[in-house]
Amino acid sequence: MSVAEQLDRVFREEWGQVLATLIRVTGDWEVAEECVQEAFAAALRRWPEDGVPDKPGAWLTTTARRRAIDWMRREAVGSAKLREVAVMTDPDGVAGPDGAAWPQEPASVVQDDLLRLMFTCCHPALAMETRVALTLRTLAGLTTAEIARAFLVGEDAMSKRLTRGKQKIKHAGIPYRVPPDHLLPERTPAVLAVLYLLFNEGYAATAGAELVRSGLTEEAIRLARLLVRLMPDEPEAAGLLALMLLHNARRDTRLAPDGVLVTLEDQDRSRWRLDEITEATDLLDAALQRRRPGPYQVQAAIAACHATAPTAADTDWPQIAALYGQLKQTPVVQLNRIVAIGMADGPGVGLKLLDQLHGLDGYYLVPATRADFLRRLGRATEAAAAYRAALELVKTAPEQAFLQRRLEQLSV
Amino acid sequence: MKYLLMICGDESAEAHAMDGCGGWSEEMEARGVVEGGAGLRPPREATTVRVRDDEVLLTDGPFAETKEQIGGFVLIDCADLDEAIEIAAKHPAATYGTIEIRPVVAGPPR
Repeated sequence: MSVAEQLDRVFREEWGQVLATLIRVTGDWEVAEECVQEAFAAALRRWPEDGVPDKPGAWLTTTARRRAIDWMRREAVGSAKLREVAVMTDPDGVAGPDGAAWPQEPASVVQDDLLRLMFTCCHPALAMETRVALTLRTLAGLTTAEIARAFLVGEDAMSKRLTRGKQKIKHAGIPYRVPPDHLLPERTPAVLAVLYLLFNEGYAATAGAELVRSGLTEEAIRLARLLVRLMPDEPEAAGLLALMLLHNARRDTRLAPDGVLVTLEDQDRSRWRLDEITEATDLLDAALQRRRPGPYQVQAAIAACHATAPTAADTDWPQIAALYGQLKQTPVVQLNRIVAIGMADGPGVGLKLLDQLHGLDGYYLVPATRADFLRRLGRATEAAAAYRAALELVKTAPEQAFLQRRLEQLSV
Repeated sequence: MKYLLMICGDESAEAHAMDGCGGWSEEMEARGVVEGGAGLRPPREATTVRVRDDEVLLTDGPFAETKEQIGGFVLIDCADLDEAIEIAAKHPAATYGTIEIRPVVAGPPR
């Protein structure tokens, strides 16, 4: 691996960790970010000549800390704070950039920094779009331009969003910490929601022009892995990771070469990633044994029912319908449950339940589901009308192409 | 950190004007987080003042005609936003109105 490649990999792996530590020790997000950027720039200059150090993360943290000390001296920050930044707690430290011994903090303290950063970026007092942007910038190390592209907004607008977020954290006094135990039940879902939104933003858009967004899927999985490592006792974190892995294992089969959506039923199961499915079901089984179920574990269990069925006909629809019943009954969840019941008990039963569903006006999947039930009941004329209604509501091209094809296949 | 809690509600909140705070004030006083505060008379008794071209202009009523109006305020001094949220969420008015938490601009060091 070339130094440039190594640097790139180190950048992805270490940015969040180094920044998280610097935010803690400086107490200032902007200064921390500048120091970390300077440390990475120093690495870019030094490593091609000196070689990549054994512990690149420690080297970067040390360099960034020194920059922070310089800054504090300039700003005449109190000596107590200076000592905190220069803290030396472990005599077996690695050598700093100038060759002098530079002791490291205990690994547990440093690792908690990442969790602090995660919870602070995902604080519910911040708007959802701000949480997502801050998470990508600080934890994943994406550039402002990359985030702007992923969310189809201008770079200036994204830059403003990030700055305002950091200013709110600072001026509104959002604490840089892992919430105390009594707050964890309400704060952990906020972190999980951000990661899942990130995943879905990437997953929903894998076609041509939007290819850049599929990187979000990998970032979301990487951050979910990190969260599982940092919160080993939180079964919902494992549930979320399992859910992402199960969806992502089907990534190669979701779209036909011509960009048309391929339904779960018609996907080529031999091309699903078996190793990823196995990892996910192992994770999920271990999480479920903690007997603290939650919405992500239930959704992962549903995805596992699909992913582990050898053929579409083998799908355990009664189990899936039962699992949907365990989720909060939003209209979309009710619709999914009706689809599952329609598969388990027949399209006639599904159609009856669909007629009683309210609250999803304008959502194309309602007429699309109706069309599917009618098609399976052999009521082609009514099915065609429902497909046309769905086509008027659908917005994305792959779904549109799929519905159009189904409509044409009807023998009306 | 200092925060102003602005206790807001629509007209129906007036019915709660004499409710008291159900032990909230006592608890917060004991914790030493309250710096001051009061309930307010209804917005229809408000007078709005502007000075333009050295002329004092008065309007009868609140500065903005919105459905929700400020019915009271509390200035608190606590550790961080998490504690401010906890304090605000415990206030009885949070169950029928809304409470806006505004960080107070830090003054020059004294």
